[in-house]
Amino acid sequence: MSGMSKIVRTISSIVFPLIIIYGLYIISHGHLTPGGGFQGGAVVASGCAMILVAYGSIWTINKMKEKNLSLLESIGAICFILLAFFGLGFGAVFFNNFLVGSNFLFGTIPYFGSTIADINTGGVVPLMNFAVGIKVIAGLFAIVLVMAHASSTKEGKK
Amino acid sequence: MSKRNISAVVFFMIIAVFFVFSALMMHPFGVPEETDMDDEIIKEAQNETGTNNGVTSVVFDYRGFDTLGEATVLFTAVAGVIMVFRRLKQ
Repeated sequence: MSGMSKIVRTISSIVFPLIIIYGLYIISHGHLTPGGGFQGGAVVASGCAMILVAYGSIWTINKMKEKNLSLLESIGAICFILLAFFGLGFGAVFFNNFLVGSNFLFGTIPYFGSTIADINTGGVVPLMNFAVGIKVIAGLFAIVLVMAHASSTKEGKK
Repeated sequence: MSKRNISAVVFFMIIAVFFVFSALMMHPFGVPEETDMDDEIIKEAQNETGTNNGVTSVVFDYRGFDTLGEATVLFTAVAGVIMVFRRLKQ
């Protein structure tokens, strides 16, 4: 897949940071507002897919290797499972929310009912959101990138 | 009409009767029959998990195993796609 015209490339490089910021906002506020790791990761990955369509797969694969993406995805998966096993170690059971109520990180407990959004709540949930977000970003973008690159090299041979 | 068409008509009529009966037997919208689990989660989610978003507290805390399965499905999908297209590139 080769790149598109200069107008499309300029507009997409203007819009790209806004999409990335919006997706990271959805990931990091997953325990306060609707959304979470999967949804925000899908938003960021579709922004990356827009860059891939605008600039072409050869330019994109020179910037971001597929090997690094799969490494990033594995890091996200390992962080997620490690947090679950920390629940087994520090708490009582697998997937125990051991950080809630402590004074360490994300430990505040909100009052019952509709309260003012405090980012420092949630215990393990925001950390798991970050892990799943990294995993979904890298995974979805790796799928799109590998498919686009394979189809472009096949077209070039013909 | 051939025998095949008649059997298809009979089959679709059975399915239509099944759908109509299941639509008539459905309980009214917004009135669940068993509400114990919902009430428990709505009452305790903010105190137990500290999240203001009840859905995320269910997905990542109460039903963590489900999210682990979803993550495994995504991981398997990515691994399969990368494997297939790496073979195709060479």
